[in-house]
Amino acid sequence: MAALQLADAPSRTRTRIPSSLAVGGAILVLVVLAALFGPMVAPFPYDQMDIMARMQPPNATHWLGTDEFGRDVLSRLLYGARLSLLMGIGATFVSIVFGVPLGLAAGYKGGRVDESIMRAIDLVISVPPILMGLLLLSLTTPNVWKTAAAVGIIYVPIMARLTRAVTLEIAREEFVLAARARGERLWYILAAEILPNAWPPIIVEAALRVTFAIMLGAALSFLGLGVQPPSSDWGLMIAEARPFIDTAPWVAIAPGIVLCITVIAVNLVGDGLREMLDPRLKRGRG
Amino acid sequence: MIAYTLRRLLTVIAILAVMSVAIFSITQILPGDVAQMIVGQFATDEQVKAVRGRLRLDDPAHEQYLRWAGGLLRGDLGNSMMMDRPLGPMIGDAIARSAVLAGLSIVLVAVIGIWLGVYSGVRRGTRSDRFISVGSYFFISVPEFFWAILAVMLFTGYLGWLPSTGYASMDEGFWNWARHIILPVATLVSGLVAHVSRLTRSSMIETMQAQYITAARAKGLPENVVIRRHALRNALVPTITVLAIDVGLLMGGIVVVETVFSYPGLGRLLIFAIEQKDLPLIQAGILVVTAVYALSNLAADLLYAFFNPRIRYGRSAAR
Repeated sequence: MAALQLADAPSRTRTRIPSSLAVGGAILVLVVLAALFGPMVAPFPYDQMDIMARMQPPNATHWLGTDEFGRDVLSRLLYGARLSLLMGIGATFVSIVFGVPLGLAAGYKGGRVDESIMRAIDLVISVPPILMGLLLLSLTTPNVWKTAAAVGIIYVPIMARLTRAVTLEIAREEFVLAARARGERLWYILAAEILPNAWPPIIVEAALRVTFAIMLGAALSFLGLGVQPPSSDWGLMIAEARPFIDTAPWVAIAPGIVLCITVIAVNLVGDGLREMLDPRLKRGRG
Repeated sequence: MIAYTLRRLLTVIAILAVMSVAIFSITQILPGDVAQMIVGQFATDEQVKAVRGRLRLDDPAHEQYLRWAGGLLRGDLGNSMMMDRPLGPMIGDAIARSAVLAGLSIVLVAVIGIWLGVYSGVRRGTRSDRFISVGSYFFISVPEFFWAILAVMLFTGYLGWLPSTGYASMDEGFWNWARHIILPVATLVSGLVAHVSRLTRSSMIETMQAQYITAARAKGLPENVVIRRHALRNALVPTITVLAIDVGLLMGGIVVVETVFSYPGLGRLLIFAIEQKDLPLIQAGILVVTAVYALSNLAADLLYAFFNPRIRYGRSAAR
């Protein structure tokens, strides 16, 4: 039964690639390229100040103008792509690493294990996300890694709940019962029987989480409790440009637009994946 | 229904009790000595010792917790460390101002979101439906703080119609009060409306295909009566849940919006507390927010159960 299930999977994924996935993916590839090679193609170092060229509007030398310290906005954006992606992917990674095993354990073992894990999770989600982030980050001197970790912790409950729900369903399938009847060990059943079949909804949710993590991370940095200056995180850039929006609006608008485009791209990819991996999956976001 | 309500209420109380322990212990491991922070880094050892004695910081942690929690139960939130004032009135005022912001926003989100959702749901596939869908996609993807800044650029910088920051109480005139609150509310509403309208749209579409809708049409009822009297009631049940989720998002959004617009509410107070490492204020603030959040979730669950009898009996035990 397990083999049959696995043989079934590829035929389902070989369907036509949805256009939202293609468009979002194309934009996302650009952002990833910027994150990988941005520092190499950036015309200036992200922290190079030029007092003589403060708050210049976009021109031939500085394509997107300069900020209040005369730093090149385009260069800072290119460097910042790396931070934003790190934030989004790092946080999602953290939420999967902790959330999926917890969800598996709760869903498969049930009983007291399930009860205690779910109650702990209730506790974490009893604080609104941004405040949880602020609380966690107020404990340390934040940097990009700690911000990503904090955002990841906030999303652990969502991953755990989703994995639990999926596990509950799969654990009743015959191939799992067969594995138990064969006397397979717990780890084998979880890792080799349940997990491979639980991935599709988890991947879709993960794609969504990347967007939310990028936005939440940017908001935390914007509030001054995430990535710290002189880093060029997009949220932080917007916060730093805020006092000068009347005289130099491009310094705030440029990172804002890039942030929105990235978020839209990841959203499109998430929708596309959802359409491709599981046509039945129709969930609200949140 | 009464048993269900009581059970949910007990859960809320339990969560708050455990949260108070969690918040207390988290702030205990905050780096740096509290007494040292109060008197400043140039104070003598005697001064530090005096403060430690006054705040009884040398007592064992559990005694400090019991004293703090006991105070909470009596309605005494403690004193702000930085401003040396009782927290109760300070937080009370801030909450009242935040509540105005939140209340106006959630009402607008519900009204506009549901209206847009129903409007596009019954016009599925038309141009106006697609326009609203693309628009809401866009609105979901733009972070609140960026909306806030764009709004300030447009309405303060370019048009000069509204003030960019600050707050005026009702006593200073209605228009004065409204001028200060329009931009924060608009910012908060912008992101959440899309949420509600998208969900209402899909649930409206689903409901409109139900057989009792066909039956109502077959009776010859005009379409708007079918929508209002038959479809809406059922289509709105999931919307209640999403509104509850939105209350959580709204509370996060309020922190951001209050900071951007320098609106003196609970969110800005909390940011101030965290920046200043004002421990008692952080503790009390987070706990108050948790309480409000838990109660709004409770209200949503009860409303949901009220509209959806299946929840009242079957599922509540299984959760």
